[in-house]
Amino acid sequence: MTVSASGLPPFQRFLDAERDVVWRFLVSAVGSAEAEDCFQETFIAALRAYPRLRPGSNVRAWVLTIAHRKALDAHRARARRALPLADPEVAHDGGSSPSAQEQALLHDTPLWDAVIQLPTRQRSAVVLRYVADLPHRDIATAIGCSEEAARRSLHEGLTKLRKVVAV
Amino acid sequence: MSRRTTGEPDEIEQALRRGRTYTHDADRAATAAAQRLTRRIAEEALADVSYAPVDSPFGTLLLAATKRGLVRVAFPEENVDTTLQRLALRISPRIVQAPGPLEQMRRELDEYFDGRRRQFELALDWTLVGPFARRVLGVTSEIPYGGVLSYAEVAAEAGSPRGSRAAGNALGSNPIPIVVPCHRVLRSGGALGGYGGGLDRKRFLLELEGAL
Repeated sequence: MTVSASGLPPFQRFLDAERDVVWRFLVSAVGSAEAEDCFQETFIAALRAYPRLRPGSNVRAWVLTIAHRKALDAHRARARRALPLADPEVAHDGGSSPSAQEQALLHDTPLWDAVIQLPTRQRSAVVLRYVADLPHRDIATAIGCSEEAARRSLHEGLTKLRKVVAV
Repeated sequence: MSRRTTGEPDEIEQALRRGRTYTHDADRAATAAAQRLTRRIAEEALADVSYAPVDSPFGTLLLAATKRGLVRVAFPEENVDTTLQRLALRISPRIVQAPGPLEQMRRELDEYFDGRRRQFELALDWTLVGPFARRVLGVTSEIPYGGVLSYAEVAAEAGSPRGSRAAGNALGSNPIPIVVPCHRVLRSGGALGGYGGGLDRKRFLLELEGAL
């Protein structure tokens, strides 16, 4: 969906058109347990900024840029949570430790486990390419780098996945 | 620069394309997540326009409201996408489908069609109405349940005694029909005149109100 010069489509239509691709991106990038919160945060942020979108914008690359940032925040938050877990006092706090189900989902298959372990830019490049099916140009837009850098991140990510995983 | 990132048929790439094993229901999960999102948007009043389809004896009406009040009632044959696109242009593209903010409007319309309500207590948003039409529709809003006025009378009360044709146009483009009762305006001789929703509906509403 691109934005025509005659104006932005109603936000609901934009949500209808992009929700599946954003959901699949987030499930792959952060796991399904955290995808819900990231999804909400992504589209709330998109709603706030929506009227300022310029005509002719690639709205899919735009919303995946936001989703990429929210996934990054989720990874940082998880990294922060991982430290206090060593502390027995805090480990009793059920809210901060992943549930068994969440663990199961996060470690769904060795491949996706390996995807989540990739450095941020490589992970987003891989997921945007294969899950969201974006061309290299739009991957570059979404992660905020040059097209060549996006290709390189994708290549490096795939190389690592091939080393780590025997499919 | 077209360095290939892939070799020949690559199992890793194929596996990535297949997606995670537990995402087979991903699209249904995405739909549910989107519904929770629009509910939250409505609860936190983050949208500028909310809309919802509402059943009526005429079929499914589309109701749209801003934070100020009811802004649009569309008849079933009006194209939903066109209606929403116009709201996006005229008011704001921050439009979501959420029944919550329309709940009171749905209830009052139900009661009206059941004959249990003679007056709407809804807040209205006149954004879509120009200054002259605002005066015409303001006069129209004052016509009581069961009463009628002529186009000429409405035009005169709106301060434009020779403007009955212009008043007719303003009534014809009433964005909030039924609630702003443009169906209560008839020709001077008592003929029905026109109606944006079709004359059968105008007759239905006037009979419901006991005016015919």
